[in-house]
Amino acid sequence: MTTSPKHPFREVAVVGVHNTRQARVLEGYDSRTVTMEAALGAIADAGLTPLDVDGVTGGNVAAEFVYQHRIGPVWKSPSGLGIPAVLEAAAAIATGLASIVLIPSGSAGAYTQRESTAPWTRPGNEFVAPFGMFTAAEFALIARRHMLTFGTRPESLATVAATIRNNGSANPDAVYSGRGPFTPQDILDSRMIADPFHLLDCSTTSEGGCALVLAHADIARDLARPPVYVLGGGIDYYGPSYQNPPTFDLGGRRDPTFVNGWVGRRAAEQAFAMCGLSPDDVDVCEFYDPFSFEIIRQFEAFGFCKEGEGGDFVLDGTIGPGGRFPVTTDGGTMSFSHAGSQPQLLQRVARGVEQLRGACASSQVDGAEVAMCSNGGSGALFTDVLLLGKDAT
Amino acid sequence: MTLLVPQTGAIPRPKPSSLSQPFWDGLGLHELRFQRCGACRGATHTPALVCSRCGSDELTWEVSTGRGIVYSWTTVWRPQTPEFVVPYVPIVVDVEEGWQMLSNLVGCDHDEVAPDLAVEVVFHHLDDGVTLPYFRPIGG
Ligand SMILES: [Zn+2]
Repeated sequence: MTTSPKHPFREVAVVGVHNTRQARVLEGYDSRTVTMEAALGAIADAGLTPLDVDGVTGGNVAAEFVYQHRIGPVWKSPSGLGIPAVLEAAAAIATGLASIVLIPSGSAGAYTQRESTAPWTRPGNEFVAPFGMFTAAEFALIARRHMLTFGTRPESLATVAATIRNNGSANPDAVYSGRGPFTPQDILDSRMIADPFHLLDCSTTSEGGCALVLAHADIARDLARPPVYVLGGGIDYYGPSYQNPPTFDLGGRRDPTFVNGWVGRRAAEQAFAMCGLSPDDVDVCEFYDPFSFEIIRQFEAFGFCKEGEGGDFVLDGTIGPGGRFPVTTDGGTMSFSHAGSQPQLLQRVARGVEQLRGACASSQVDGAEVAMCSNGGSGALFTDVLLLGKDAT
Repeated sequence: MTLLVPQTGAIPRPKPSSLSQPFWDGLGLHELRFQRCGACRGATHTPALVCSRCGSDELTWEVSTGRGIVYSWTTVWRPQTPEFVVPYVPIVVDVEEGWQMLSNLVGCDHDEVAPDLAVEVVFHHLDDGVTLPYFRPIGG
C-alpha cells in the first residue's frame, strides 16, 4: 500500500446501518412508514437518538422526519440515490456543514400492476417507450455488444447470477433466502426475458427500507459500533437514463478512452487515488447487480481485470465465497432485495459496512478490511463507486 | 421461429418535445430525419441543441438514407407492458450517416438477427396518426 496525503473523507465514518425486513410485499407498510422505520433503526444502531442528527439527505420523507422529530434546523440535501447521497453527506461532514447525517430510503406499495414490468423500469421517453424498452432490454443491448466484441459467453453471465443468488439463498434476511442453491445451468434453463438475460440473470422486485448514519470521525470513535471509514468515491455519468440508444461505445468529447461500457472507470480511478489503494487491496466487492453481465463489466471498468477479460475472470471461483474477490455477498438485487428505485442502492453500502464490521450472518469475508461498493449500470449510463475501510489510513 | 411484425396494440405513443417535433413530423412524410452539423458535418441523434461531435449549434435537419447495420440487439420475451406482442427485437442501428438509433427489427424471423445485419427503415403508421420508424433486413 502506498501512502498518500490524507483525504478529507477520512474524517468521515459510517456509524449506523439498518435494513428493515425486506419482502416481496410488505403488508401494512407504505414508502413513508418503511423509510421512517429504517431511519430510526440506523440511528439506534449507532447508539444515537434523532436529536443527535444535524443533517439529512433525501426527498419529502427525509424532510418529514426532520419535522416530525423536530430536529430542525438541520443541513439537508435533496440527494437521495445511494452512493451520491453518501458522498454528499461525507462532504458535508468533512467541510463542517454537519456532523451526523442520516440517509434514509424505503419503498413499499409502488409496484401493483404485475402484468407490466415494474414502474421504475420503464420510463415514458419518446425514443424508448414506443419500442418496448425497459431496463432488462436496455442492459441487454450493452451485454450483447460485449459478447459480440469479446466473445463473452452466457456461461459467464450465468456464473455471476448463480454466485449472487447463492449468497442470497444463504442469507437469512434475504427475500429469496433458502431459494437456492443454483448452478449456472439453472440460470441458463430459466425462461428468457430479454436475450441474453434469462429470468434468473435479472434483479427481482421487492419492498423494504434501508438507512445509514454518517458521522465525523471524532464522534464516531465513541459510538456503539466500530466506525467504518469513507476512503474514497466517485460518480460517473454519461447522460439521462433510458432516453437514448444504450450503447457500449458511447463516449465523451473530452477523453475517448472512456466509454459507457466501462462507465465507472474514472470514478474508480478517483476513488482509489483518494486513498492510495488499488483493486488488489479490495477484500470484498459489493457491486450493484441489476443484471448478471453488469458484474463482469464492472470488474473490467474498475481495473480488477483487463478489458474483455471479465467473462473469464468470473468463471474460476474468484467472485464466490472464499474467492479472492467475493461479490455482492448478501444476494444483491437478485435475491436479497430490490425495493424500488433507491433502497437497493444504499444496501450495497450497508452490506459493505457490515462486512467490515465482521457482522454478516452469512458470507462473511474473514478479516475484510477494504470494501468496494457500487451503484448504477451501463444500461443506465452511470456508475458510482465508494471505498470503505476498517481503518482510516 | 416467429415473424417479427410491427406492434399494433395500445403501445406507448411518443410525446414529442419542441426539440424532437421535426423528427416525428418527418416520419409522417416517410423521412427519417437527423441533425447535421454545419461546422464538422457530423450527425447528431437524439435531437439536441448542439452537435454531439463538436458542440457547435449550427444544426440543421437532414433526411437519412434510412440504411444501416445492426450494432446490437435483444430479443424480448417478457413485454414491457401487456400491449406488446412478443417476441419483439429492440435493436441499435448504426445508420449510414454516422449516428445510432434505437428501434425494433421487423420483417424477418426473430432468430435471423445477426451482427452487422444490413437493415433499412420502414415506416409504420399507427391508427392515431403516429408513425414509428422500424427497420427490416435489406433484401430480406
Ligand atoms: Zn459538429
